[in-house]
Amino acid sequence: MSRSLPDHILEVRDLKKYFPIKAGVMKKTTGHVKAVDDISFFLRAGETLGLVGESGCGKSTVGRCLMKLYDITGGSILFRGRDITAFNRRELIDFRKKIQMIFQDPYASLNPRMRIRNIIGEAIRVHGLAERGEWQDRVAALLHDVGLRTSHMARYPHEFSGGQRQRIGIARALAMNPTLIVADEPVSALDVSIQAQIINLLDRLKEKFDLSYLVIAHDLAVVEHISDRVVVMYLGHIMETATDRDLYTRPAHPYTRALLSAIPGTGKKNRQNRRIILKGDVPSPINPPSGCVFHTRCPDMFPACRQEKPPMVKISENHWVSCLKYTG
Amino acid sequence: MNPMISDTMPMQPAEQHGRPSTLFRICRKMWHLKMGVMGGIILAVMLVFAVAAPLIAPHDPYEQNIIQRLLPPSFMENGSDRHLLGTDGVGRDTLSRIIYGTRVSLIVGLSAVCIQVGIGVILGLMAGYFGGRTDSVISFMVNVMMGFPFILFAISLVAVIGPSLQNIIFALGVTGWPVFTRVTRVETIKLKESEFVLCAITLAFSTKRILLVHILPNLLPAILVLGTVEVARAIIRESLLSFLGLGIQPPTPSWGMMLAEGRDYMLGEWWLAAFPGFAIFLSALGINLLGDALRDLVDPHMRKD
Amino acid sequence: MKAYIIRRLVQAVAVCLAISMISFFLLFLNSDPALLLLPPEAGLEDIEIFKKSMGLDRPVIVQYLVFLKKIILHGDFGNSFVSKTPALALMLERVPATLSLSLMAVVLANALAIPMGIISAVKRYTIFDNLVTFLAIVGQAMPLYWLGIMLIIIFGVFLGWLPISGSDTIWHMILPAVTLGAWLLPVNMRLVRSGMLDVLNQDYIRTARAKGLLERKVMVKHAFKNAVIPLVTVTGMQLSLLLGGAVVTETVFAWPGLGRLAVESIRMGDYPVVQAIVVFFALCVVFGNLLADILTALIDPRIRLE
Repeated sequence: MSRSLPDHILEVRDLKKYFPIKAGVMKKTTGHVKAVDDISFFLRAGETLGLVGESGCGKSTVGRCLMKLYDITGGSILFRGRDITAFNRRELIDFRKKIQMIFQDPYASLNPRMRIRNIIGEAIRVHGLAERGEWQDRVAALLHDVGLRTSHMARYPHEFSGGQRQRIGIARALAMNPTLIVADEPVSALDVSIQAQIINLLDRLKEKFDLSYLVIAHDLAVVEHISDRVVVMYLGHIMETATDRDLYTRPAHPYTRALLSAIPGTGKKNRQNRRIILKGDVPSPINPPSGCVFHTRCPDMFPACRQEKPPMVKISENHWVSCLKYTG
Repeated sequence: MNPMISDTMPMQPAEQHGRPSTLFRICRKMWHLKMGVMGGIILAVMLVFAVAAPLIAPHDPYEQNIIQRLLPPSFMENGSDRHLLGTDGVGRDTLSRIIYGTRVSLIVGLSAVCIQVGIGVILGLMAGYFGGRTDSVISFMVNVMMGFPFILFAISLVAVIGPSLQNIIFALGVTGWPVFTRVTRVETIKLKESEFVLCAITLAFSTKRILLVHILPNLLPAILVLGTVEVARAIIRESLLSFLGLGIQPPTPSWGMMLAEGRDYMLGEWWLAAFPGFAIFLSALGINLLGDALRDLVDPHMRKD
Repeated sequence: MKAYIIRRLVQAVAVCLAISMISFFLLFLNSDPALLLLPPEAGLEDIEIFKKSMGLDRPVIVQYLVFLKKIILHGDFGNSFVSKTPALALMLERVPATLSLSLMAVVLANALAIPMGIISAVKRYTIFDNLVTFLAIVGQAMPLYWLGIMLIIIFGVFLGWLPISGSDTIWHMILPAVTLGAWLLPVNMRLVRSGMLDVLNQDYIRTARAKGLLERKVMVKHAFKNAVIPLVTVTGMQLSLLLGGAVVTETVFAWPGLGRLAVESIRMGDYPVVQAIVVFFALCVVFGNLLADILTALIDPRIRLE
């Protein structure tokens, strides 16, 4: 992964994001919350990548770093081979047109004082994405694409259900004509019955608009249906990266196996039926455990895990794992 | 005694502390609304008085008449029907002067609050949104203003720049903004982290647009409610400055100044101090009632209890 | 906690310095002491010599630093333009009068505010509570000086029970203290009420009730203690309000305190005295707030410091 391949739309290298903790009279920095600590992954054009982990593992922070909502502490993020941290104002605007985000909470992500027409159409008008006078037609088309009616344009967000709101959020992102969409837990705030609808919608839109997705989720079941590859994160580190099929049929990392066993009642073959319950709590990202960060909760832990940081090991094509069981 | 009863007895009063019945709540809401309507009526009457003073006032507020001086109100002995609220020390009609005085109070109250909102909201938005050093500097300014006793600041400012209508508005405006900064700052900090503002950033909107189109409209209800109460406060403060002789200069009718003049006669002609003061009180009360009702209407969470 | 106190202390000192600076620039630079202090027939040359002797020919910032140094090292605010005696002494002379008036007013206000606030919280949504709420709204709209004048008219003039101005006997203090206290009452009442309501809604009070503790015992032992916390904070925070109110009350009742001195000095352009009062008020307000914050944090460790 040393050079950016032409089909890699996004490449994240050694990304670090630390949040300082300040204390004392002079508000000196006394420590860091290591939300994301040295992670690397990539996303091919047209691909859907799932980013999975328990809450607090840093997956949303990764998403926000990609969107340039946070300044990163270290490493680099390449979008189509160009470092996004080096963008000037103009380039940043162009970048933001190409990468859009869908937010977790459909209630908080829509400005309560704006009509749907303006929520979706504002970006079109501000950035001149449609001919003058035609922006409303564009909004209507987008509403149609996400399965809402044109008559909804004049309404306010509070008149919609959670699922409908999430559709509005998707339409708003699409208005920028993006090539990559970062979806931060797009369905976790919705009823289970609605979740599948939104996932299917995302899948359909991907074909239609030629999109790539980074889907962030806390549970493997959500990303299972739409991801081509999945990245599993724990406490700011990547545990395992694999294609969808490999991950669900041949999970290598003990943590992945634990997550998989938590998906209730599925008939998939090769999936272990025995539920693996992890002991203890997620350690604090201020003082992450030494060696492998997962060793405090790992069912397969052996002494070396306490000292040695496991490297990323390739165990088959597109399947990488960070666990000492697989080194040498 | 039956243990069952003794166990349940103390719970009964506890019921009272729980939620009031729906009926009670509706009644309370209605009462609030009624008070609000009353406040609105008072404010409306003030507006009419201010705009149409020459049509409503029975006399010229400047016309002096030494023979008819210090007449008591018409409901008292020796009162004249021509002067409903009596006349002052130089024979001017008190009612007419009170009606004209509405002008000064409203102009000062509204303009001063406009200045306060202007300064306060801009600084609050900046402090809340940019944080860091900007926030430190602005918060420091707020602390300085809050530590400077308003009354001393305002009277020394007016003493230096001279008492005139514009200067009083200016003095009240530049001393009263910190409340707006405080409220705006806190609300902006909350909104800054909200997903729709983050979304506006990812949509590559300018900071100005984010502040003015996405954050500010969500603050307007809070600013409106606070602004209403501040108008009342500004009216009281204007009359205080006038009362201390640092406000509107005679002969322009201003309630505070009438009160100050009335004070010289309080041993005999009590009404000269009572009526203008009551006008100040009533208008401040009306505006506060309106503000309270607005608070309820705009946002149920902002209720004081 | 220590770091918090130190940081707040530094902040408080900075605020006081800033206030002294603002009032310096506001007052001294806009007045010409030469005109005030020299006889009208003084020639231009006399004015020049005078200015030099007063250091008025130096850059303003130097003037301010000299002024500040004098205050900090010697408590010297300069001499009053009017009485030619040290401004500080003139000011300090008036402190006891304002202090006693304010103290009396606070005691009066809280003696009523605490029981009324608690009762209206406990008997929430009853007639009494509504009455208290209404009284608070009415109180907020009441101009302090009008209240004073009306009390004078009623008790001093009509009933003739109490003296209406001056400070000769203890009777003289009643009207001004009642005026100021009545003015503070609504705010305090409201605070006690909402503080009490907060406490009543806490789990431990509910538990205490559910356990079957007697109602009155719950109130006194658990709730009251915590409801007084906001009052501590408020009394600290209120110093600004209180001192402002004192200025007005003293003017109305001719009470010989700091407030009246301030108003008189401003009218006469006696800026060293005004300056001394402003700085004194600022110190009271800023350190009052600081003390209230620290006390609150000490009493109630749940309150986050930031």
